[in-house]
Amino acid sequence: MTEKLVINFTVNGEKEEKEVIIGQTLLKFIRDELHLTGTKEGCEIGECGACVVLLDGKPVNSCLILGVELDGKDLITIEGLSKNGELDRVQKAFIDHAAFQCGYCTPGMILAARALLDRKPNPTDEDINEALSGNLCRCGAYQEIREAVKASAEKK
Amino acid sequence: MADLKTVGTSVPRKDAIEKVTGSAEFIEDRYMGPMLYAKMKKSTVAHGKIKNIDTTRALKHPGVKAVLTGKEYPNRIGLYLIDRTFLAVDKVRFWGEPVAVVAAVTEKAAAEAVDLIEVEYEELPGVFDPREGMKPDAPIIHEDLANYEIVPIFYPEKGTNIANHFKVRKGDIDKGFAEADKIIERDYYVPQMQHVPIETHKAAVQWSLDGKLTVWSTAQSPNVVRQLLAKSLDMPMHKIRVISSYIGGGFGCKAGASIEGLLVPIAQKFPGHIVRIVFNREEDMQGTFTRQALYSKLKTGVKKDGRITALQYEMVWDGGAYTEYGVNIVRAAGYSSTGAYDIPNVKTDSYCVYTNNSIGGPVRGFGMCEMQWGIERQLEEIARELGMDPLEVRLINGMKKGSTTASGQVIHDLDYDKCLKVVADKIGWGKKEESRDGKYRGKGIAGLVKCPAQPSNAASSAMIRINEDGTAHVMIGATEMGQGMLTAISQIASEALHIPVDKIDIKVPDTDFTPYEWQSVGSRITYTCGTSVKRAAEDALGQIYRVAADLLETPQEDLSFDGKKVFSAKNPDLTATIREVADSCKKCTGEGIAGPIIGRGSFVPTNMTNLDPETGQGNPGLFYCFGATGVEVEVDPETGVVKILQLACSIDAGKAVNPQLCTAQLHGGTIMGLSTALYEEVRFDKGIMLNRNFTDYKIATIDNTPHMDSFIVETPETNGPYGARGIGEQPMIGVAPAIANAVSDALGVDFNTFPLTPERVWQAIKNKK
Repeated sequence: MTEKLVINFTVNGEKEEKEVIIGQTLLKFIRDELHLTGTKEGCEIGECGACVVLLDGKPVNSCLILGVELDGKDLITIEGLSKNGELDRVQKAFIDHAAFQCGYCTPGMILAARALLDRKPNPTDEDINEALSGNLCRCGAYQEIREAVKASAEKK
Repeated sequence: MADLKTVGTSVPRKDAIEKVTGSAEFIEDRYMGPMLYAKMKKSTVAHGKIKNIDTTRALKHPGVKAVLTGKEYPNRIGLYLIDRTFLAVDKVRFWGEPVAVVAAVTEKAAAEAVDLIEVEYEELPGVFDPREGMKPDAPIIHEDLANYEIVPIFYPEKGTNIANHFKVRKGDIDKGFAEADKIIERDYYVPQMQHVPIETHKAAVQWSLDGKLTVWSTAQSPNVVRQLLAKSLDMPMHKIRVISSYIGGGFGCKAGASIEGLLVPIAQKFPGHIVRIVFNREEDMQGTFTRQALYSKLKTGVKKDGRITALQYEMVWDGGAYTEYGVNIVRAAGYSSTGAYDIPNVKTDSYCVYTNNSIGGPVRGFGMCEMQWGIERQLEEIARELGMDPLEVRLINGMKKGSTTASGQVIHDLDYDKCLKVVADKIGWGKKEESRDGKYRGKGIAGLVKCPAQPSNAASSAMIRINEDGTAHVMIGATEMGQGMLTAISQIASEALHIPVDKIDIKVPDTDFTPYEWQSVGSRITYTCGTSVKRAAEDALGQIYRVAADLLETPQEDLSFDGKKVFSAKNPDLTATIREVADSCKKCTGEGIAGPIIGRGSFVPTNMTNLDPETGQGNPGLFYCFGATGVEVEVDPETGVVKILQLACSIDAGKAVNPQLCTAQLHGGTIMGLSTALYEEVRFDKGIMLNRNFTDYKIATIDNTPHMDSFIVETPETNGPYGARGIGEQPMIGVAPAIANAVSDALGVDFNTFPLTPERVWQAIKNKK
C-alpha cells in the first residue's frame, strides 16, 4: 500500500541507511522514523519555522520537504547541536538571555540562528531580524532572542 | 525582606537545558503505546439542524476502527455554564463544530474516512453580531439555556441569547453626571483574535480494563480536566488520571477542558490503545476559543479639573456559539469596569451574547484588553476636551492606596503613579517631536490593571519531600507553558526551606501524584501556588526543627538549618544532618523519633467575596496588578504604516521572584499586545472564519519587534509570597491603547477600534483631509 525507498544520509554526524515512505515529509520522517522529537510541528505548511532543521548547513522548514530528498544529504537536528554533552554557544546564550519561554519554537529558532552565525559570524540586528523572521515565537521572546544571537556572535 | 537569598535573583530556568536541546517533552513527543488516531468531521454550516449523519462508508474504509456521533455521546461539559457537548447533537451552532469523530490506525485513514461521512443539515438563520442577537426577534441559538446547569454567580436571561448579564451599580450615576462639567460618549469595538500558540491543542486518552481513564493533554489545568470529565462521564476522580507535559504556549486557549472527552467512548471500545487527537493549525484557529469581540458604549462625566465623576459602560460581548467559560470574562470586565481609575459613580451592564461565530473564551487579559481599550482611549478624549495633559488626567484619576474599584473593593498595595511616570519619563513625555521626512510623530501612554478572575474558592496545594541527602522534590499541580513557573516556584521553596535552588527538583503535574491546583490561569500561580509551596516549605522546616530538637536534646528555638545540617546556635557541636533527622533515633536507646520529612501546604483565598447580583458590589480580586505602557510612533501618511520608535512598559510585580523571567513576561506580553494592536483580527463571513493560517492571520515576528525598555516596580503585595503578585497577562493590556493614543497624537485622528493596519490608518488620514 505504501511505497518506500531506501535512502542514505548523515544525521547529526552519523551515517544512516533507512527506508522512507514516498510522500512522507522530512518532518514526519525525522519525528516518526528517526525518533528525533526535538523538531516540532507548528503548522505543516511552512509558515511558522518550528520544524527548521539544517540540511547541508542550510535552514529549511522540514514540513515543506519530502523525506526522500534527504538522500545523499547531511541533516542536523537540534539533538545534534550539542557535542559530547557540551552545549553549542547559541544554546548557552539562549539560556543566559532567557531567550525562550514555552520552548516549542526554540529548536527551530536555535538552528536558524546557528545557520546565520555560520554564514555571518557577526550579524547586525537587521541580519538577525531577516534570518529569523520565518520563525514565529508567540511567547514574544524576540528581544531576548536577538540579544542571545548577538551574544553568541561576540563569543568567538 | 532584606536578606532574601534566592527570591529576587535571576537563576536560570529549571527547564533551560531541556528546552534548548530539544529534549523537553511535549505531549506528542512521548511514545505511549499502540495508537489510534482521531480526526473530526466538522460542520459546514454555522447554524442548522442535523437531519442525518451517514457514517456507513466511513466505517467501511480500510483502517477505520470507530466512528462516533453526538447522538451516541451527548454528554455535556463546561466550566461555568454547562452549555456544550463534545459533538453536536441535534443542531450545529458554529461553522466547523465537530459533528462526528473517526478513529483509525493511521492519521491518513482517519482523514480519508472523515471525507466519507455525509451530513445533511437544515440551515437556520444565524446571529453574527451580538447586538442583533440581543433583539427580541433574533433567532435563538440555545433553546435550552434556562435548563442548563450554571454556577449561580452568572445571570442568563431565559428565552434570549443572553448567557450572562452582569451589573455594576456603584454610587449614584445620575448625581455623578449632574456634577460633571463635560460628558464624553463614544462607541468602541474590539474584534476577535486568536491565541495561536505554536503548539496546537492535543490530547490522548487510554482506557484500561480496570476502568481507569488516563488522559494526556495540553490543557493548562489537569485538575480541571479531571473535575469536568468526572462530572461529564459520571466517574469517580481516582479513576481519572490527567498527565501534563510541557505546554507549547497557552495564553488562555488551553484553559478549562476542551477536547479530551471527545475521545473517551472510542478509548473504551479499545482498552489498552491510546486514542490521540492533534489539531492542525486550521482546526486550532477555528475550533478552539477565540477572544470575544466587544461592542461597547462608554460615557464619562468629568469636571473641569480633570476628575471623573461618573462612568457608564455598556459592553456587548460576542460570546460565540458556546459560552461555558466566556460568561466569566464578561463578569470580570464588569467588576473591573473603571480600569485603573477610582471613579465614585458607576453604572455598568456587561452582556454575554450567543452568536454563531466561533466559541469565545479566555485569552491573556481575560476581557481587560478589550474593556480597558475603551477606558484608555476615552481618557485621551477627555484630556483633549479639557485641554489637559493625558498623563495628568491619568494621575488625577488613577487608583491610589485606599481607592475603590468598580465593585467597591478597597485596594492597598499599589503604586500606579510610579508605573505611569517611569514609562512617561522613558519616552520623553511632554517633548513633542516634530515630523520628519513628511512622517508624523506622536506619543501615547496607557495604564492597566488586572486581578485574577478566579472563583473565590479556587484552591491550590503543594507537597515537599525532603530526601535523605538534603535535596528536595516540590510537587505541585501548576503547568509550565512558558511562563517560568517551575523556576519561580522552586525559588520560593528554596527561600523558605533554606535548600539551594539547584538541589530542588520540580516537575509538571500528574493528577495521580501531584496535589490539587485549580488552574494555571489568571496570572495567579506565583501567588497561589507560591503561597502553598511556601507553607509546605515552612511545614517541612518546622518538622525538621522539631525532630532535630528531640534528637539533639536542645530547645527548638536555638536551632538553625543551613540547607545541609541543623545546628544549635549556642553549641556548635550539636548538629544533625538531614539523613539523621529523616530516620532519627534517640542516641541512648535507639528508639525511633520520626521518619522522612514531608511538608504540606495549601491555600484558598480568604479576602474574596461573592458579588451582589444587583449592584456587583463585593471583593472579586485576590490581588490587583497595575502597570503602564508608553509608546512613540512615526506614521507614514503615504502608506499608513505605523513604526514604533520607542516602547516602554512597566509592571508592579510586588516582588519579582526572578527579575529576568519577570522581564521576559513583561516583554512577551507587550509583544503580544503590539501584535494585536497592529496586525491581528479574526475575520468572519456569516460565521465562516476566513483567516485560519499564519499567512492570512499575521502575528508579530522578530523583524517587527522594536526594542523595549522595561521597568519592574515593586510595591509588596501584603499577602503574596515574599510580597510577589502575578504579572503574566497584564503587560498586554495597555499596549493597543498606548499605540492608538500615540497614532492619534501624531495624526490628530481618533481610532475606536484596532488593529491599526496601514489600510485603516491611511483611510483615517484620508477621511480627515
